[in-house]
Amino acid sequence: MSGSHGGTAGHGTAPAEEHIPVFTGPTRARLEQLFTKYPTRQACLLPALWMVQEARGWISEQAIGEVADVLELTPAYVKGVVTFYTMYHTHPVGRHFVQVCTTSPCNICGAEDVVKALLQETGCGELGATSPDGRFTVIEVECLGACGFPTPILVDDDFIENVTPEKVRGIVQRYQ
Amino acid sequence: MGYPHPSHPKETVVLSKHFGDPEARTYAGWVRHGGYEALRKAVGMSREAIVEEVKASGLRGRGGAGFPTGLKWSFMPKDVVRPHYLVCNADESEPGTFKDREIMRWTPHALIEGCAIAAYAIGAERCYVYIRGEFTEPWKVMNAAVEEAVAAGALGDDVFGSGKRIEIVLHRGAGAYICGEETAMMNSLEGRRGNPRIKPPYPAVAGLFGMPTTINNVETLAAVPHILNRGAAWYKALCLGNPKSTGTKLVSVCGHVQRPGNYEVTMGTPMRDILYDMCGGPPAGRTIKAVIPGGSSVPIMTLEEAESALFDYEGVVEKGSMLGSAGMIVMDDRTDMVYQIWRLARFYAHESCAQCTQCREGTAWTTRVLERILAGKGKQEDFQLLLDLSENMTGKTICVLSDSCAAPVVSGIQKFRSEFEAYIAGAREPSLAAV
Ligand SMILES: Cc1cc2nc3c(=O)[nH]c(=O)nc-3n(C[C@H](O)[C@H](O)[C@H](O)COP(=O)(O)O)c2cc1C
Ligand code: SF4
Ligand code: FES
Repeated sequence: MSGSHGGTAGHGTAPAEEHIPVFTGPTRARLEQLFTKYPTRQACLLPALWMVQEARGWISEQAIGEVADVLELTPAYVKGVVTFYTMYHTHPVGRHFVQVCTTSPCNICGAEDVVKALLQETGCGELGATSPDGRFTVIEVECLGACGFPTPILVDDDFIENVTPEKVRGIVQRYQ
Repeated sequence: MGYPHPSHPKETVVLSKHFGDPEARTYAGWVRHGGYEALRKAVGMSREAIVEEVKASGLRGRGGAGFPTGLKWSFMPKDVVRPHYLVCNADESEPGTFKDREIMRWTPHALIEGCAIAAYAIGAERCYVYIRGEFTEPWKVMNAAVEEAVAAGALGDDVFGSGKRIEIVLHRGAGAYICGEETAMMNSLEGRRGNPRIKPPYPAVAGLFGMPTTINNVETLAAVPHILNRGAAWYKALCLGNPKSTGTKLVSVCGHVQRPGNYEVTMGTPMRDILYDMCGGPPAGRTIKAVIPGGSSVPIMTLEEAESALFDYEGVVEKGSMLGSAGMIVMDDRTDMVYQIWRLARFYAHESCAQCTQCREGTAWTTRVLERILAGKGKQEDFQLLLDLSENMTGKTICVLSDSCAAPVVSGIQKFRSEFEAYIAGAREPSLAAV
């Protein structure tokens, strides 16, 4: 997998902040509960990575180390898995992460114009870059499984259908 | 029904009957619609009897390959000496396909019931439902529905007082088309990269966690309660002349039609009826140029082929393509076929898990050659180059993602060659910057 489209412009190097453990208190309890649903700890890797991303917005090297520790895996192994999947962020991203489908079914219905409008309205300028105000990162993604409602976009966890360039401004304004 | 449109008289509405009805999402609402009767019945039957009933119905897998469901279940060991698993494939990522999403969003209990029946029939106490990470709403709806089903005793240690144990665990994907392939999904569930596995061993012998496993698509499993409720004979009779393709099929139609959406048809319905009567045909003043009938991984059909095809497994093959996942992509006369074939090739290049050389290199090269043609730098030799690459990508790899990339390329060159010629001859403005 070559990761998500759009390069890494604007990501820079990850800041070497001190890592505050994610798997403490209720999050730890949630993970322990998950352990009972799978015959191996390793099987909880994807769910654990989701928990990290929910808590921190992205998955840092230190967080990878923590996940490895908790699941009794090596950091190199965890990193190999993290980088296989496009939805895990290995760099900080804007406060709102926007994913736009541009695969053929949406493409023939004008998805590329939606991308252009989004890049302009958010101020991101280019795919993968974070807007100067830190609000947005926009990336192109492959089929979102909603091809009958072109163009679908995901803003954080909000799945928005039938987006047209005209609707972009209104949508962008909803996210501060 | 043609959600989000009202039902069309030519549809046969079974799975989609309650799409759009919020009441059907709740346990109580689902029970009012006759829900969970089939599961109650199932736990009073023998495992074998359920498998036989599903076999007799003629139900075939709705995930793309069309493998007979009852037969697949019968491959599971009779005696449960090691844990058995059911995996429900809710990764729906095949471009053009958006039916499983609606099943989960609107009728989550139909899927839960189907999973529970199938789990029992194959001797599994646990079913993992692997839902693609982008499906945020189906994820929430399914979570709420599972909680309700557990609270109502439809799932858990003693399903409806039968003493049977059935647990459903929802597992969230994280963005990777390849995880829809069944063995890649098992790896992903085990906390690995989603690389498909070499078969054999087949999942029924050594699947998830090395244990006997059955994997089925959402739509396949959602059909099972109806079969138990109304009988195999009823289901089998839902076909228009070809007994090899039975039941109803959700068709996701997208692209250039007036009413895109999910339509449910009896197997064997003329594709013409779907395209024109149900979907209203192309936008005003346009004509349809091409149809990809089964998600992006199947050969492209010309209008003539599409208009004359019957929509079932055999009918679509007869007209040069495949039913696949029944994600129908309609392209009208404005469509730049070369550009869209390039966009599809880029999709496969991006999604290749890269463990087979033919796939890793082939999808990337195909994309690059198409890019060159679109940039006005194509050569006559590129036709042969693309066909050679496709030949090399077909039937030689661990999974069929590689073959899927070749399908639109080969059929595109066969059926829309003049559009490639126009770019190569400089008769058409380049649509990509030179690479
Ligand atoms: C690259 C690739 C992607 C696939 N994606 C999906 C998918 O998203 N959903 C699905 O149900 N099946 C998908 N399949 C098919 C599965 O491997 C498998 O055949 C199917 O889930 C079996 O269920 P069924 O017999 O009920 O159809 C995919 C196959 C391949 C090769
Ligand atoms: S064909 Fe492609 S996607 Fe499938 S296993 Fe090989 S490299 Fe991976
Ligand atoms: S192609 Fe855009 S959602 Fe499927």
